[in-house]
Amino acid sequence: MPALVARQLRKTYKNGYEALKGVDLSVEEGDFFALLGPNGAGKSTLIGILTSLINKTSGSVEVFGHDLDREPETVKSLLGVVPQEFNFNLFLPVEEVVINQAGYFGIPRREARERAEYYLRKLELWDRRRSEMRLLSGGLKRRLMIARALVHRPRMLILDEPTAGVDIEIRRAMWDYLRELNAGGTTIILTTHYLEEAESLCRNIAIISRGSIEAVGETADLLSALDTETFVLNLKGRIAQLPELGGFVLESIDDSTLEVQINREHTINGLFDALSRNGIEVISMRNKQNRLEKLFLDMVDQERGRAP
Amino acid sequence: MSRLPPRWNRYRVTFATLVSKEVTRFSRIWVQTVLPSAITTMLYFVIFGRLIGERIGPMGGFAYIDFIVPGLVLMAVITNSYSNVVSSFYSSKFSRFIEELLVSPAPSWVILAGYVAGGVARGLTVGVVVILVALLFTDLSVHSYLVTTLVLVLTSVLFALGGFINAIYARSFDDISIVPTFVLTPLTYLGGVFYSIELLPPFWQSLSLANPVLYMVNAFRYGILGVSDIPMALAFAIIVLFIAVLGFFSLYLLDRGVGIKT
Repeated sequence: MPALVARQLRKTYKNGYEALKGVDLSVEEGDFFALLGPNGAGKSTLIGILTSLINKTSGSVEVFGHDLDREPETVKSLLGVVPQEFNFNLFLPVEEVVINQAGYFGIPRREARERAEYYLRKLELWDRRRSEMRLLSGGLKRRLMIARALVHRPRMLILDEPTAGVDIEIRRAMWDYLRELNAGGTTIILTTHYLEEAESLCRNIAIISRGSIEAVGETADLLSALDTETFVLNLKGRIAQLPELGGFVLESIDDSTLEVQINREHTINGLFDALSRNGIEVISMRNKQNRLEKLFLDMVDQERGRAP
Repeated sequence: MSRLPPRWNRYRVTFATLVSKEVTRFSRIWVQTVLPSAITTMLYFVIFGRLIGERIGPMGGFAYIDFIVPGLVLMAVITNSYSNVVSSFYSSKFSRFIEELLVSPAPSWVILAGYVAGGVARGLTVGVVVILVALLFTDLSVHSYLVTTLVLVLTSVLFALGGFINAIYARSFDDISIVPTFVLTPLTYLGGVFYSIELLPPFWQSLSLANPVLYMVNAFRYGILGVSDIPMALAFAIIVLFIAVLGFFSLYLLDRGVGIKT
């Protein structure tokens, strides 16, 4: 059974702006799914509708086979939500935020306390449990939003830009925890601006632009559709002029750094053979651009090219 | 995973959580929520009860200070029930933590009941404090505990609902003070808190009957003193009617997501 099925979701705001133009989306149970798109693409509107924070104009949503319109309480009980913006009572202590959220889901006080302790410890917030929200850093607030979203043990967790503004160390720790949750059976859908995040975490992705899904599929499959990939090579010596390497497009960044574009018909082995033949030795090599980022930008560029 | 308690147990816990949150909120800031009414009422008793009241003489067959006690208690209950809900619900909208409730399976009526109960709790707390202040100035005997309690609870329910609707429509903190300043206070002052409408000329008497607060003040005065300008059945009918209208309207707004969803 799919964890999520959205059919022909449309949203037109009161000012006439059409944020979603008939979105169809299906996410399998246990998936780790990314929703990518530029600002204003409709990601947050889509998530807002799934989580009952935004009224849809038309279309339907099913979560684990339950229809959002007919069984809203069941659907809500199956979802955990980590929103993009902080939405706390800033004057409440950390622990109370989580306990109250459990209470809203009908979890009795004693059990709510036990669960709050479990998730606050898990997200390394237990020592700050008595601190008021307003005294927490951005990273700690992000982690608290995850604890709050999990306290009723949802089968699906939806995260809208969960690591925005979070430093690398905390981001990596959050990734590890999300992987652990997913391995434990929780279906995860996230939107992110960090394409590295989507590439690293997600098995499937959908790219949304101007209120429509532009592409959806396995991350690996979508990446394999890339025609070219660009690498940056750091050379051992200096080169006076660019060598001619048949089939590879070279560009000189400086006299010891090269940028090489490889299309799908060529291999990296072929590149190194050609470089060796020209007496060029390579110290290190890296992708110029995150591959998913390139795919994403290519698609958005195409979409913009089509736009009137 | 995701095994929630049976529906009614869940509703009960959600309601209790909301009430506990609201009571904790106004208790934490008691200096702003409870104390001002006690001080204001004390000033009313000193000025209108003692200094001026003794020169006014009896009203409705009672010493003036005894006559104004029910109205002053009810005025505090009205103001506090209203302002608790309007400020709490609007803050939750403003800081967006209303979303904590909107993503939960709590139905609209449980959310409404929780906020209203929080307003009633503050209204009654302040009402008791004001009664204790009144006891410093006069001996208070209660004519009917049943009527007194019923009117206190129903009035605070009614104005808590009013505060809720105000909060739904409010778009700024200014919007939550406009109604109390320009509607609630005049209605309360003109609702027979300080005088019997028998003192008014016939035209103003008739006009006063359009003021719903008059029915509550008089019903409460009947509960404490046993006298009223209004028949009790009519007073209760008006209060219950207003509760029903405001209650259903609040639920309608909440279900539609007016002011809280886009």
